[in-house]
Amino acid sequence: MKLGFLVDLALCMGCKGCEVSCKVENEVPLSMWRLRVKYVDVGTFPETKRTFTPLRCNHCENAPCERICPVSALHYLENGIVNVDKERCIGCAGCVMACPYGAIYIDPETNTADKCTYCAHRVAGGMMPACVVACPVEANIFGDLDDPTSNISMYIMEHQGNVKVRKPEKNTHPKHFYTSGGEVNLNPLASKREEGYNLFNNITHLKHVGGH
Amino acid sequence: MVEHTTAATDAIVTLDVALPGIVWGWMITLNMWAKSIGTGVVLIGVYLLKKYGDRVASVKTMMPVISFIFLNIFLLFTLLDLHQPFRMWHIFFYPHWTSAITVGAWLATIFTGIIFVMAAGKILNKINEEQYNKLMWAAFVFAIPVTLYTATIMGEASARELWQTPTELLQMALAAFIGGSATYLILGVGDRNVKRDLAIVLAVSATLSFIVYMGEYYFGAMKAEEVAATIAFVKDGGAYHTMFWLGQVMGYIVPVALVIFALRTQSNSLLALASVLALAGLWIAKHVWLVIPQLLNLS
Ligand code: SF4
Ligand code: SF4
Repeated sequence: MKLGFLVDLALCMGCKGCEVSCKVENEVPLSMWRLRVKYVDVGTFPETKRTFTPLRCNHCENAPCERICPVSALHYLENGIVNVDKERCIGCAGCVMACPYGAIYIDPETNTADKCTYCAHRVAGGMMPACVVACPVEANIFGDLDDPTSNISMYIMEHQGNVKVRKPEKNTHPKHFYTSGGEVNLNPLASKREEGYNLFNNITHLKHVGGH
Repeated sequence: MVEHTTAATDAIVTLDVALPGIVWGWMITLNMWAKSIGTGVVLIGVYLLKKYGDRVASVKTMMPVISFIFLNIFLLFTLLDLHQPFRMWHIFFYPHWTSAITVGAWLATIFTGIIFVMAAGKILNKINEEQYNKLMWAAFVFAIPVTLYTATIMGEASARELWQTPTELLQMALAAFIGGSATYLILGVGDRNVKRDLAIVLAVSATLSFIVYMGEYYFGAMKAEEVAATIAFVKDGGAYHTMFWLGQVMGYIVPVALVIFALRTQSNSLLALASVLALAGLWIAKHVWLVIPQLLNLS
C-alpha cells in the first residue's frame, strides 16, 4: 500500500475548510500550520485571477527529512506515510532544513518537529484524513496509489499529462499530486511576496523558533 | 496598487501564513566557528610538531588544551540549539546512520574523548611520548571528518540549495586551517620560521576561501533558481549585503594584506592582528552563509 494525495486545483475554491479542520483535528498550535491554502493573484487588473493551493507534506518516497533525522523520529509507516515520533525527536531542526517544501515546523508547545501526517491516526482506524472530509468540493482525493482501482489512481490516469508534483527536480518523489496547477501554484519563486499587498497585512512573523 | 503596477504575468502572494524565521541561527554559527578552531589547532598543531619537533614543544600541551576548550564550546552550543537538549542521548541510543548529524555526533564525541585524554595526560604528566604520539595521530585522523561533517549535514539539508555544493567541504577545511593557524599566531607560538609557515597557511586559506565565496557570488546563480534567489540577499540592495562584504573584507582580504605586510616587516603584532580579524571575519562570513538560505520561502 502506498498512500497518496491529489488536489484538483480546478476545483479548489480557497475556502480553507481543509486548513481549519486540520488545525482542529491535530490540535496544531496557534501560528503553526500542517496544511495551509496559499492565495496567489496573477495578472493585471481587470484581467486578474486568484489561485488557491493547499500545501502540505508530500510524504516523499525519497524523503530528505527522514534521511537527515538523527534519531529516526521521522520514519516511514508501512502504508508510505512519513510519520513523526514526537517522543523520539530531539528538536535539532535538521528536518526543517531538509524539507524542500517548508512542510515541517518546530511545535512551540512540545518543542519537537511536527508536520502533516496524512492524519495517520485516522487512517489507521479506516477513516479519511480530516481535510478530505472537510472539503466541500472534493478537491482533495486520498487513497492507495498501488491500487489501480482506487479513486486517486483513476484520477491520475484520467488526467495524464496534467498531473504535477512540487519541485520534481529535488528527486524527493512526492506522493502528493496536483492537477490543473501551474507554476504560480507549485513554484514559490514564481510569485512575489510584497509587504502591503497581502490580504492580512499585519502578519505575525514568527520569532526565532526555539526552546532557548 | 498591485493591479496597476504589475505586468500581466506577474503573480503576487495575497494570502499566506507567516513564514518561520531563522531556525539555525547564531548558535549554529558559533558551533561551526568553534569547531573550526577545535579541529584546526590539531591539524595545524600536528604539522608543526612533525616539522619543527621540540622547537614547538609548547604546542604539545597547547594543542589538546585549546582544542578541548573549543570543542566543548562547539558541543555546548550544539546541545543548547536543540529544542529538546535533554534528549541528546537519543543520538547514541537510537542512532539513524543515514544522518550526517548522527555520524558527526559520534565522531565528535570520540574525537573530544581522545583530545581530553591528551590534554589531561599532558597536564597531569601521566602520558609518555609514545602514548602521546599515538593519540596525536588518532586525533589527527578524527579531526578531518569532524571538521568536514558539517558540510555533509548542509549537503543533506536539501531545502537549502546554496549549501548543496562540494565547495562547502572545501570551506569547512579552509575554516579549520584559518582557525588553527590564527590561534597559534595569536598565541605567538614558535620562532620566525614557524610564524612564517603559520602566516602562509593563514593567507593561502583566506585567499582560497575568498575565491570560493566569490565563485558562488558570481557564478552560483547559474546553478539553480533558488541559489540565484538566495544570493540576491547578499547582492546590492540585499538584506545581508553589508554583512557579507564585512565578513569577506575583515576575514579574508585585510588579513591577507596584513600577512604580506607582516612578513615583509617581520611584525608579530601585525600577524596577531591579521589573525584576530580573520577569526572575527570567519564568524561573520559563516553566519551570513548560514542565514541567507533560510530567508528564502520554500512553499
Ligand atoms: S514534504 Fe518535506 S516533510 Fe514531507 S516527506 Fe517530503 S521532505 Fe519530508
Ligand atoms: S527536529 Fe526532530 S524530527 Fe526533525 S530531524 Fe531533528 S530529531 Fe528528527
